[in-house]
Amino acid sequence: MTRGEKYNLKMGLLFVSPWIIGFMVFTVYTVGASLFYSFCDYDVLSKPVFIGTANYTDMIQDTVFWKALYNTLTFAFFAIPLGLISSICVAILLNMPISGRPIFRTIFFLPSLVPAVATSMIWLWIYNGKFGLLNYFLNLAGLPGPEWLTNEHYTKPALVLTVIWGIGHSVVIYLAALQEVPIQLYESAEIDGAGFLRKVWHITIPSISPVIYFNLVMGIIGCLQVFAQPYIMFGAGTGGPNRSALFYAVYLYENAFTYNQMGYACAMAWILFLIILGLTYLATVMSRKHIHYGE
Amino acid sequence: MIKLNTFGKMIVFLLLVIGSIIFSTPLIWMISTALKPIDQTMSMPPTWLPYRYFTDIEGKRTAIVPKVRIEEPSVAILPEGSTEAQIVPQAKLEKQQGKYKVIREIQADKANLWSAVTLEKITGKENISEQYFVPVKSIERTLCFRWSNFKGAIHAMKCFWMYTKNTLILCFFTVIGTVISSAFAAYGFARIQWKGRDKIFLLALATMMIPFPVIMVPLYCLYRTFGLVGTPHPLWIGSFFAGAFNVFLLRQFFLTIPQSLSEAARIDGCSEFQIFMRIILPMSKPALLVVALFQFMGTWNDFLGPLLFLTNQEDFTLALGLQFFQSQHGGTEWNYLMAASLLVVTPVIVLFLFTQKAFIEGISTTGIKG
Repeated sequence: MTRGEKYNLKMGLLFVSPWIIGFMVFTVYTVGASLFYSFCDYDVLSKPVFIGTANYTDMIQDTVFWKALYNTLTFAFFAIPLGLISSICVAILLNMPISGRPIFRTIFFLPSLVPAVATSMIWLWIYNGKFGLLNYFLNLAGLPGPEWLTNEHYTKPALVLTVIWGIGHSVVIYLAALQEVPIQLYESAEIDGAGFLRKVWHITIPSISPVIYFNLVMGIIGCLQVFAQPYIMFGAGTGGPNRSALFYAVYLYENAFTYNQMGYACAMAWILFLIILGLTYLATVMSRKHIHYGE
Repeated sequence: MIKLNTFGKMIVFLLLVIGSIIFSTPLIWMISTALKPIDQTMSMPPTWLPYRYFTDIEGKRTAIVPKVRIEEPSVAILPEGSTEAQIVPQAKLEKQQGKYKVIREIQADKANLWSAVTLEKITGKENISEQYFVPVKSIERTLCFRWSNFKGAIHAMKCFWMYTKNTLILCFFTVIGTVISSAFAAYGFARIQWKGRDKIFLLALATMMIPFPVIMVPLYCLYRTFGLVGTPHPLWIGSFFAGAFNVFLLRQFFLTIPQSLSEAARIDGCSEFQIFMRIILPMSKPALLVVALFQFMGTWNDFLGPLLFLTNQEDFTLALGLQFFQSQHGGTEWNYLMAASLLVVTPVIVLFLFTQKAFIEGISTTGIKG
C-alpha cells in the first residue's frame, strides 16, 4: 500500500466512523444479542438462561402465534397487490398531460404524510358503526354497513383500506420513473397503431418494472411489520374482536413488553426476518424474467 | 408521456377528480368534525359544515340544539319519577304504561314537521329536561365554526404544550445528529477512494433489510442497562450514528459533484475536512435539506419509539400523547379527538407545502437510483 493509499484509508475510515460505530452497536451487537436471546428464557430483570430451541418449538404450539401470522399474511396478501395496482394507476393518470396536475399530485400525496397515529384516529372515526362516514355512503348506495371495527370479518379489510390511503409515497416514486420512459417508444408504438391500454401494458409497465420490483419489496417489508395502525385502532394491542386484528409485530411487542418474554419475542422476530427474506427471494425469482433494466 | 386526444383527456381528468375526492375526503372529514359541536358530530345523515341553530322561544331569538324530529301528531309527556320528557305518538298514548303528566300536545305531521330542541349551552352539559317543541320551519341555521374546540382539545389532553415541546426538542436533536453524521459518512463513501469502500457500502445497504423487531428487544435492554428507559434520550442518541438510508441518499448526491473540484482543492493544500466543509457541504444544501426534512417528519410521526422508551406522561411526544388521549377519551368526544389530530397533522402538511419540490425530489431519488 502506498503512502497515499494509507492516508486515504485512514481518512475514509475517519469519515465513515459514525456509521461504523453505529453499525457495531446498533446492528452487530443488537442482531447478535437478539439471536442469543432467542435461545434463552429472558425476562429483562434476571440474567438470560439458555434453553436451546424451546422458544422456537413453543411457537409451533402457540395458537395465538399462528393466528397473528395468519392475520398478517392475509393482510399482506391483499394490501400489497392492491397498493401496488392502485399506486401505479394513480401514477399513470397523474403522468398525463392534464391541467391542474400539481394540485392532483398534492392531493394524492398528502395522506401519506399524515402521522400513523392521526391516520388511525381519522379512520376510527370513519369506520364508526353508528355515525361513521363510510357506512353512511354504503347506506346511500343501498348496502348494509358492517361494524368495521367490532366484527372480526371486517377488521382486516378496514386496515387494508387505511393503508391504501397512504400510497402517495410510492405514487411519487412511480411518477419519477414514468418521466424517464423514452418518448420515442410511445411514438413508434403510435405509428404501429397501438391503443392506450396496449401502450401502457407493453411500454409503460415494462419500462418501470425495476421500480415496481423495488416497491414490491418495500411493500413486503412494510406490510409484514405493520404495527402502529393495528395497535392504535384495535384496543392498544389487544388485537380487536376475536384477535382478528392481532398482527405479528403487535403480538411480538405484547410478548416482549406485556409478558416480559424477551426470548420468545426475539425468536418471533427471527422467524419474521426469515419470512421476509423468503418472500423477497420469491418475489425476486418470480419477477426476474419480467424486469427490464434500461441499457 | 402518452399523448391523448380531447376525449381521453376528459376521461383522465374525470378519473383524477373522482380519485382526488376519495383521497381527500378523510382529511376534509377530520377538519369538518374538528370544527363541530359534539351533538353535530353524532348526526345521521352527517352534515359537512358546522352550524348554529336559532329559533324563537317565548318571543326571543335563542340559540338551540335540535333533537328528535316529530313527524306525526304526538304528545310530550313526563312519566312519574322521571325528569326526562318523552314524546309519544298520539295513537300510541293509550298503551303508555304507568302514570305520567302531559306537558303539551304537538300538532305535527309529515308536511309540518316539529322538532324537540334544547337550549344551546356552549360549555357544560346540556340539560335534557329543559326541552321545547317548535316547528322545524321556525328553525334557522347559520354557519358557525367552533374554533374553541382546539382550546378544548388542548385542555383535555392536559400536557399538549409539553408534548409539543418534547417533540420539537427531539426533532431538533435528531435532525442535527442525522445531518451531521450522515454527511460525514456519505463523504467517506463517495469522495475518498479507499480499499474495501464499496464492499462496506454494500454492507451498509444490506443493514436496511433487517426488520426493526429483530433489534427492538436488545436495543431496549441496552438502553435499560444504562438506565435510559423512561427518558427521551434513546430517541435521539441513535441519530448521531449515520443511518444507512440517509447515507445512501447523500452519497448519491455527493457522487454527482465533479471529482475535479476536490482534486483542485487538494493541490491547493486543503485537507479532506476542509474540502468537506468548504466545498461539498455548501454545494449539497438541497440534499441536506431533504435528509433534514425526512428526519423531522420521521421523528414527528414516530409512534413505536416513544411507546417503547417513554413511561412518564410529561416526556410523551405528540404522537404518543394523541394515542394516550384517544385511549382515555376515545369513542365519545370525536370533535376534540379530530381537533387534536388536526393539530398534530397541520405542522407536517404546512412544512411539506413549503418544501414540496425538495421533498418530492428526495423521494424520487430513493426509488429510482435504489
